[in-house]
Amino acid sequence: MRKTIALSYLTVVLLGPLAMLFWRIWQEGAGKAWSAISEPDTLHAFKLTIEIAAIAVPLNTIFGIVVGLAIVRTRFPGKGLVNAFVDLPLALSPVVVGLSLFLLYGRTGWIHIGQILFALPAMVLATVFVSVPYVAREVIPTLREIGDEQEQAAHTLGASGWQTFWRITLPSIRWAVIYGVVVTTARCLGEYGAVAVVSGSISGRTETATLRVQDYYENLDQAGAYGVSLMLGLIAIVVLVLMTLLKPKEGTA
Amino acid sequence: MDLRPVELGFVTTFLTVVVALPIAALVWASRADGWSGFWYWIRQPEPLSALKLTLVMAALVALTNAVFGTLIAWVLVRDSFVGQRLVNAVIDLPFALPTIVAGLLVLALYGPKSPVHVHAAFTRAAIYLVLLFVTLPFVVRTVQPVLHELDTQMEEAARSLGARELVVFTRIVLPSILPGILSGVAMAFARAVGEIGSIVIISGNRPFRTELASVWILNQTQSGNGTGAAALATLLLAISFVVLLGVGGFRRLATRHERA
Repeated sequence: MRKTIALSYLTVVLLGPLAMLFWRIWQEGAGKAWSAISEPDTLHAFKLTIEIAAIAVPLNTIFGIVVGLAIVRTRFPGKGLVNAFVDLPLALSPVVVGLSLFLLYGRTGWIHIGQILFALPAMVLATVFVSVPYVAREVIPTLREIGDEQEQAAHTLGASGWQTFWRITLPSIRWAVIYGVVVTTARCLGEYGAVAVVSGSISGRTETATLRVQDYYENLDQAGAYGVSLMLGLIAIVVLVLMTLLKPKEGTA
Repeated sequence: MDLRPVELGFVTTFLTVVVALPIAALVWASRADGWSGFWYWIRQPEPLSALKLTLVMAALVALTNAVFGTLIAWVLVRDSFVGQRLVNAVIDLPFALPTIVAGLLVLALYGPKSPVHVHAAFTRAAIYLVLLFVTLPFVVRTVQPVLHELDTQMEEAARSLGARELVVFTRIVLPSILPGILSGVAMAFARAVGEIGSIVIISGNRPFRTELASVWILNQTQSGNGTGAAALATLLLAISFVVLLGVGGFRRLATRHERA
């Protein structure tokens, strides 16, 4: 009984819509969807999305590890505030993030240095903002779980802080870091709201993959919208497979 | 151990540039015309109606997740069925899939070309459905590990003493998983309040009918009303902080035995 209810709910809310990913492409014609995917503006959108992720993911990986170590292993004033800022993007609307950047770097804003808005820098800043928490939130519980005895031992034996980090700490949190990187990447590739506000969505210039979906949708090009969606959906499925493979290793590393 | 200056400097600079400065600029801009200017925009009929609809939808979605998220977690931990591992993996899909794609998929199933002949696109029902899609993992993933750790001996003892299933659940299981449910519900609520990608596709964005706060902010920004957008956005920011405080509280509630 409860199995039936749970599975029915999942079918209506999640599995049914998911099945549409392939069904709609088939309905629109794979040829039309494919020609949309191979349009120069669409290819540019994917290239731009990957470029943004290639900057945002490493930044947030380094930050996530450093802030995780800082929160778990050290004392410093304002730790509560740091914690709150790291978590904030989880609970904040991406539109609010985009608007904040828009106001900071806009005409009446505080910072005027070159072309930030409607260009790559603002799109990177927006993407970095929304994906701040994911590596940190994986690293923090793992660091707590493994404790600091091995690090202390290495320290006692004369290892420098840097040696301890590379030889002891990083190897024991590596699965958490990799899991966090996978989730961060997915978040960066799928970002829409914050980038929509700051990018200007100019086809072939500042349009990312998700903005391309909206562009096709608003121009009533269903084959295009579902074609690009299928690409993004396939990436999501790869991400999901990686998440599933990495999960049992969480905490056991 | 104290944090070294290099790392403290890095963390502070990163958070200031990436998070704190933009947030400060937002709050500052919302007060451009003073408090009265702030309240003027919040009290305008259109943004007010968008905010109310957003909060009501998010509350409904959060409540639905409380019930069905818990049920799904229960079924995944306690029952066994064919395809269970696949279902368990698919739960995370809304975290991996761009939400604008989620919007298109819900539109495909429940929109004009619906293969099941349900046409709910551009209605509040469609907003509800798409928000359920994007918030699905939160409660399931916070309740599942707690349920997994839970010792079933107490439940068996209660049953052998004649307690009915409902009593076993409410008296023994529920108190242990409640903090997990509440923090999952709070996160789902925040996510629903802020959702944008799927909403621009599915809501139709009709003022006073299907217009949500996030879409109103997006449209005002694009049409040049930065102050109005900033006012409502600052309110959403405050809601986010309240939710995070709540989640922190529930988390402490969950670990109170460990600390005692």
